[in-house]
Parts: sequence; C-alpha cells; structure tokens
Amino acid sequence: MLDVGRHPKVNVLAYSEIREFSGQIGDFKVKVLKKARYVDPSRCTACGACAEKCPTKVPNEFNFGLDDRKAIYKDYAQGIPSVYTIDPNNCKVIQGGKCGVCAKVCQAKAVDYEQKDSEVELNVATVIVSTGYELFDATQIPEYGYGKLPNVISSLEMERLLSAGGPTKGHLTRPSTIRFEKRLKELPKLIKKAEKSEDPTEKNKLEEEAKWLEEQTHKHHTATKLGFIQCVGSRDFRFHKYCSSYCCMHSIKEAIIAREHESSTESFIFYMDLRTVGKGFEEYKVRGAKVSGLKYIRGRIAEIMQDEEYNPVVYYEDTEQRKVVGMSLDMVILANACSPSKGISQISTLLGIELDENGFVSTHPNKPLDTSVPGIFTCGCAQGPIDIPESVAQASSAAARAAEVVMTGGLALAV
Amino acid sequence: MKDTAKSDVRIGVFVCDCGSNIAGYLEMKELVEYSKTLPNVVFVQENLYTCSEGGINEIKQAIPKHNLNRVVVASCTPRTHEPLFMSACEEAGLNPYLFEMANIRDQCSWVHMRERETGTERAKAQIGMAVAKAARLRELKRIQLNLSHNAVIIGGGVSGMSAAMALGNMGYEVDLVEKEGKLGGLLNDLNMILPSNEPPERLLNDLVARLETNPKVNIHLNSIVSKTEGYVGNYVATISKNGEELKVKCGIIIVALGARVLTPEGLYGYNGKDVITHLELESLLRKGPIQSKNIVMIQCVGSRCAERAYCSRICCMTAVKNALLIKEADPTARITVLYRDMQMYGVELEEMFRKAKQVGVRFVTFDPEKAPVVKDGSVSVYHLRMGKEVSIPCELVVLSTPLIAQEDAPEVSTMLKVPINENGFFLEGHVKLKPLDFATDGVYLCGNARYPSTIREAIGQGLGAASRAAGVLSKDALFTSGIVADINAQTCCGCLGCVAVCPYGAINFFPERGVCQVNKVLCKGCGGCAATCPSSSARLDGFSNEQIYAQIEKALAG
Repeated sequence: MLDVGRHPKVNVLAYSEIREFSGQIGDFKVKVLKKARYVDPSRCTACGACAEKCPTKVPNEFNFGLDDRKAIYKDYAQGIPSVYTIDPNNCKVIQGGKCGVCAKVCQAKAVDYEQKDSEVELNVATVIVSTGYELFDATQIPEYGYGKLPNVISSLEMERLLSAGGPTKGHLTRPSTIRFEKRLKELPKLIKKAEKSEDPTEKNKLEEEAKWLEEQTHKHHTATKLGFIQCVGSRDFRFHKYCSSYCCMHSIKEAIIAREHESSTESFIFYMDLRTVGKGFEEYKVRGAKVSGLKYIRGRIAEIMQDEEYNPVVYYEDTEQRKVVGMSLDMVILANACSPSKGISQISTLLGIELDENGFVSTHPNKPLDTSVPGIFTCGCAQGPIDIPESVAQASSAAARAAEVVMTGGLALAV
Repeated sequence: MKDTAKSDVRIGVFVCDCGSNIAGYLEMKELVEYSKTLPNVVFVQENLYTCSEGGINEIKQAIPKHNLNRVVVASCTPRTHEPLFMSACEEAGLNPYLFEMANIRDQCSWVHMRERETGTERAKAQIGMAVAKAARLRELKRIQLNLSHNAVIIGGGVSGMSAAMALGNMGYEVDLVEKEGKLGGLLNDLNMILPSNEPPERLLNDLVARLETNPKVNIHLNSIVSKTEGYVGNYVATISKNGEELKVKCGIIIVALGARVLTPEGLYGYNGKDVITHLELESLLRKGPIQSKNIVMIQCVGSRCAERAYCSRICCMTAVKNALLIKEADPTARITVLYRDMQMYGVELEEMFRKAKQVGVRFVTFDPEKAPVVKDGSVSVYHLRMGKEVSIPCELVVLSTPLIAQEDAPEVSTMLKVPINENGFFLEGHVKLKPLDFATDGVYLCGNARYPSTIREAIGQGLGAASRAAGVLSKDALFTSGIVADINAQTCCGCLGCVAVCPYGAINFFPERGVCQVNKVLCKGCGGCAATCPSSSARLDGFSNEQIYAQIEKALAG
C-alpha cells in the first residue's frame, strides 16, 4: 500500500466514486466524484492533533463498533493517502452547530469546513474492476444469534480483536466484557446520583449490578474457549450456494494466533470440508492441530444459545461420533461468507459489464481477467471469492492485460 | 574514542516537530541545543514539518548557504520519508548517501508519550548516533545499466504460453522453450477441461495458433535451457536442441516448468488396468464411453500423507469432472467417491460438486487411519457416518494422485539460483505478497511449477508473471542502489559463508581465484554477508563497521 501511495505513476483517488462512464477500449471517459473530506490533503500531515482534540465520539466502523472514533478521523494509522477526514454527519460545525476545535488545533491549516465535492474527468485506455467483496451479514441466520448474542462475532471482528492496533490491542477480551467495562466506568457517577435520592432501592440495585459486573469481568476477562463456525452464509442454499474459498484458512489462522497470545486457549473448528488447497495450507492445518491444539470437528452448528453468563452454547451433530452435542464456549467466531460488494451492481450498470448469477463480475475460465466489455478487466474478490496469494497474482495478471491494451492500442486484443 | 571523521565534515541537523506528534511529547529546544554541541555540526534548524514543502526548501537552501556536506533529519521513519529527504539533498547538489535519519517519533515520542524526560534523553541519543554515523558517511554511486528487452520462458504449457502471449502482445521479443515436441504440456493429455466442459484442443489450438503467428514469439520445441549466465536485465541463456546450442540475450527469465502426475506404484493395488489414475481414465474417455458400471474413486492417493504432506488442489475437481462425464454418458453408472475433504473451493467448483450430488454420484468420507482397501471386485471402507465397515462392489477403481514437481526442477533451481521447497515446487519471493516473483530480481514464476493450479489459475499466473517481467523490460535502464555489499578480494578466504546466507543469489564464488565477489546489480544491501564474513572482507557500503561502531560508541558514551 505504501508503495502504491508513493509511486510516481500512481494517482490515488480515494474517497471517490465513478459517476459517468463512456467510450471504448483505448479511449474510455470516466467522470469521478471526489467526496469532500473537509480537509485539504495537500496541507494535512496526518499528525492527528485534530482527532485528539475533537469532542465528538462515534462508533468506529473500522473496528466494527468495538471502540469509538472521533468525527474527524482516519480509519487506521497506515492508511493511504495519509489524510484525516471529517465525517459530515457527525461534525458539529458541518451540522450547523458550534465547535471548530479541529481547525483551531491544526497547525498546518488544513481543515476547511466549506470544502465541496469535486469532479475529475479521466481519459483512459483501459479499466480494472477490483471492487472486492463484503462480509455476509450473519444477522440473516437467526439461529446463530449474531447481533443478539454479544459473544458471537464475525471473522473480521475477530481480526480486529486480535490486531495489536485493534480496540483491545490484541487482547482477546469478550465483547460482553468490553460492554461491562464501559458500564462499570459509568456506574460510580450513577451511584453518586442515586445517593441523593431518598429511596435507597435504586442505589442498591446499581451497587449490586456493579458487583456482578466486576465479578464477571474478572471471571471472563480473556476468551480462551473458542468455537469457529465455517460456511456461514456459504454453501447454504438460503444464501450463497458457492464456497467462499478462504474462510477455512482464516479460521485456522485466527485460532493459531489466539493460542499464541494466550497459551491456555482451546479452539474448535466446526466444518463441512476443510478446504486447504493453497500452497502450504494443508501443512498449516496439520500444524494447527499438532502445535496449537486446534480441534477440527466435522459437523454443522444447528443453533447457538446463551447461558446466564453470556457464554454461547453451540448445538451440533458430530457426524464422526454420530451424536448431537452441546458445548459451552467463551466466544463463537463466524466464518462469514464472501458476498459481492453492494456497489457492484451500480458499477456494472455504469460500465456495462455482465455479472454472474451470484453478483460477481462474470469471466470465462479461459479468459479469467476479461469482463464482457473489451478493455475492462477484473481481479480479486470482485470476480469471485479468492485468497490473498491468488488475488495478488491475479492483480498482476489484470495489469498484464491492461498493459497489452496500453502498449498496442488495443489491437492485440481483438482476438 | 579515536576520531575517524574527517575535520572538513560540516553537518546540518534538521529537527522535526511533526506538528505535535514529536513536539507535544519531547523538549524540542533541548534537542536543538544538544545538537549544536555535537562534533562537526555547523547548523541546526527546527521545522514544524520537515517533510512539508517549506521544510524541504529549508534543507535545500541550507546546504549551499552553510556549505553543508552531511545532512541529518531527526523526525519519523526512514521507511516512508528517507527517499524524500535523500532527493532533497540530491537536488541541492549533495550526494544523497551523505544523508542520515534519526527516528525520534516512532522510537521516542510515540513510545515514551508519558515520559517526557526519558523520551527527550532517548531522542538526544538517537540524534547523537545519527550525527556520529553521518560524519563517517561516504559518497556512494548508483550504477546505471543497459538492459535487454527480451524474455526467455522455460516451459510451453498453458502458463508459459499465456506469459509468452502477453509479453509478445506488449511488443517484447520472447523465446519460448519447450522440452517436448509440441506445446501444451499437461493440456495434451486431458479429455475435457473443467468447468466449461470443452475439449482441451480448443484452448490449445487457439493459443498455439496465436503464438505461431505472433512475430515477437520464437518457439523452440524439443529444447531446454541448459545454461544461464548474468543477472537481471542482462542474462545470456543457452538453448540446447539436439546437441546444438543457441545463445540468446534476455532481460528476464520466466520459470513455467509445469508438473507431472504421480504414478501410484504400490498404492491401492494400482495396476494400470482396473485400478488406474484419473489421467489414465481420461485417455480411456477420449476413446469413447467406458464399459464399467460400478466405479469407485479414491482421493488423496499419495498426497496429504507423511511422504507428501501437501494437498494437490486439483484432484478433487478432476474426480468430480470425470464422475460427471461418466454419469452424463451413462446415468445408470454407480460412482462412489471416497474422500477426506472435497476441495471444491469457489463458485464454479462448488457448483460442479452440487451437480455431481444431484445426478447421484455418492460421496463417502474416510479416515486416513482406516484407509479403504481395494480387493478383487470391491473396495471396503470404514464408513464414518454408519460407524461400520462397508464393501462397495466395483469393476473399476480410479485413484486421484497429486501433481508432483518436474524431474528437472532441481537442475533449473541450481541453474537460476532460485529455491525449491521440500516437495520440489519453486519457492516464490513471498507466499502472500510476491507469489510470482523470486527473491532474485529478473526471474519469475507461474503455473504448476509453483504449485498445482487449475487452467484458469495457470492462465492468470502466466499473465501475472508477464506483468511482473514487463516491470523490468519496460525500463530504459536499470539503477542499482548505492547501498550494496563489496568483498575485499585480498582478504577473502573463500569460505563461502556469504554465499550461503545471501537470499538474493548475488554472490559468486570464483574457484580459480578462491574468492567470492558481489554482483552489485543483484545485491539488495541486506548486509547478511558482512555480518557473516569471518575475515571482515565483506562490507556493506552505507553501513560499514566504522560507521556502526561510531554509532555504538556514541550510544554507550552518552
């Protein structure tokens, strides 16, 4: 990413969308909308003083709401381009209120509340569609309780929890505990307030709550018994019938990392087929069992319940033991399917490229990078679920097809 | 401490506030005053942002004004900002290697946010060390090289052909070298290709015809690359055909050797008659529908086992493809696939798997500890779902065997100085970030030589390798970094320690002289050789012992 950001021949138009598209191979015209950041990128040095002083806290989408960000923000420290952005829906000034703190503290004078969206017109020979994917929304599977049971989380939430730069700095704290800790911080104030009242019931109730929460946060501080559920939304006729390719491996990886962080961690991976088809993947899986003690259980989870301490309890048929089993866990991590990105239908209409029945960009197996429009290529999860090495390789392949067009004026591609 | 710095050294130090990132946590005034006390420092400047246009201009103006011949910037990380500051020096007429950076943000203000005093002391030490090193920096030169814009591709299978096509279309001269008498590799042996269910001839003939008519592509059949010399941009490859040798110049080499199918001698009663491989089944299917009604297919034969730990990626889909074709020709055929995990990843393959189940192909899992046993006329297997042994009558057993590395992979690996793994597959530069590159510049990788892949993937990787190669071929000239290693031939004892640690194949041993020599074009300046060399003959320019010891002494002296 840093290489792209610094490359003299690469012009990054982040926070932008395609608005109009016309032309043909060798001569496409693209109108791009650059959304207002309310920060001048040529002045901003990403020092972060603005976000430090901004008084408005909102849930941080990048960490799936597991922590908060400010109204002026940057998704994460290494982001490219390295520029802060004001979220206009939450900025007091842009909403017509009073504040202006960020403009005051910015020594580079980069904040500009008056900035407007702008348009850029590009004339290009070729286009590559690499719009990626979206995580399958697991709330569609009510029996798994995602969104209701706090300790049932998505694979990407798990990635954020395990990340040293994430909301818990890599410590595997249960989402219920994160909530409890937040509540515990509020309680002393509420108790003080309740003390003023003549009726002691409220105060007693709050004190009891505090006691219970303290016990709970102490008892369940680190999640050490983990269940990973594969094929959540994939290989499922109600949602996506395809296999999402990469999830078996990321579950194994997450389980191994959790164990590296906390050596008493025990992980169970519930699967249909463990698809370890990449280079070194099968060996990694075997090592996961041998070295990190992962347990692979062939069986679908039928339902997830929760006990009074917020422990998710999974019920499944262990097909190899031939019996129905219930198991109490500290946390359940769903291997959410790879869903086509929501914006892809709009992009396909604008560009005139065909999508397959699932909503991925359609390609022919013998021409894996070519869309239905000559001169428009595709790579990565835009064309179907694919893992990182294959995606990186495909990106180079799409670049080769694009180079053929650029270097020959598109003639070679007539075939 | 012996002062090895020359007396005419004039160092300028620029201390960056990074807004409040550094200035908010460290005593900047103290850092500036401290810098002024350091030997050879003649100019010190504090900037709000040294990296801003204003900051860069201040560096460029200070160099001539104060006659500076070394520059130190104390700011953030060289990872992002060193190239910028080096080019500022260069624009002001100073050799860019006379620049040094002290990271007082990541290593001081960020990690010591609540320890103002300690953080400031630490920053002083960092600046002191950088100045001590800067005083001993020498001018280094980048070497400019001309290069050949031609490509040599080893292997004319589907990935090699795709790479050749792409490079030819981009206008580069390509020599495509195939050891067999025809192009196509494994594609020649297949019955149908999945998932499109078309005969391989269509794809093959199309590719061959386009290559044959491409004026930029020279096809060498019955040929091998027997020798290569040189380095990125300037290789000479020897193409041997029936004892005749042709030397071609090329800028890059693509390894597209392909793979071969394991013959399962001694496994499950393999006999090539009624216990056969899928490749053998495909050659039967090419002749017409097969007669057997009851067929058992066994997966993971010779793979995912102690001898070959890897999953060969393509065998499950091959079995499903052949099962579907047999069922299509004869819906009454009874096919049972004994498997461990059906590796039908992605959209198209899962769809094929579903179809196979719909048309009545039976899939039964087995435990490798209780592997199936092939008897005369049946296969018995412990059925995990039923918890008992079952016997499946059959006339034909088809074994799914993995793709294994080519026999000549080790030779090619030695010839090009690129590594292979324990299974004989070529080892890419980085498993995730550089899947088609080698650590050695100018050599690229695609197709089954890397790891078993589908036709879709092999085409993609061929194009991808071409794209990586074009990154070199499209340049007018190559430049090496000034920071490269050198070996003193006078003191080198030829122990080969450096050759063993060099990850880039950049060190050559000359037996006749008994010494090692660095190829400065391939060297990436990692310093492994300099650290290893027992006689201190290897040194890394820009990180010499003298420079590093000066830093250490400064750090210890305080």
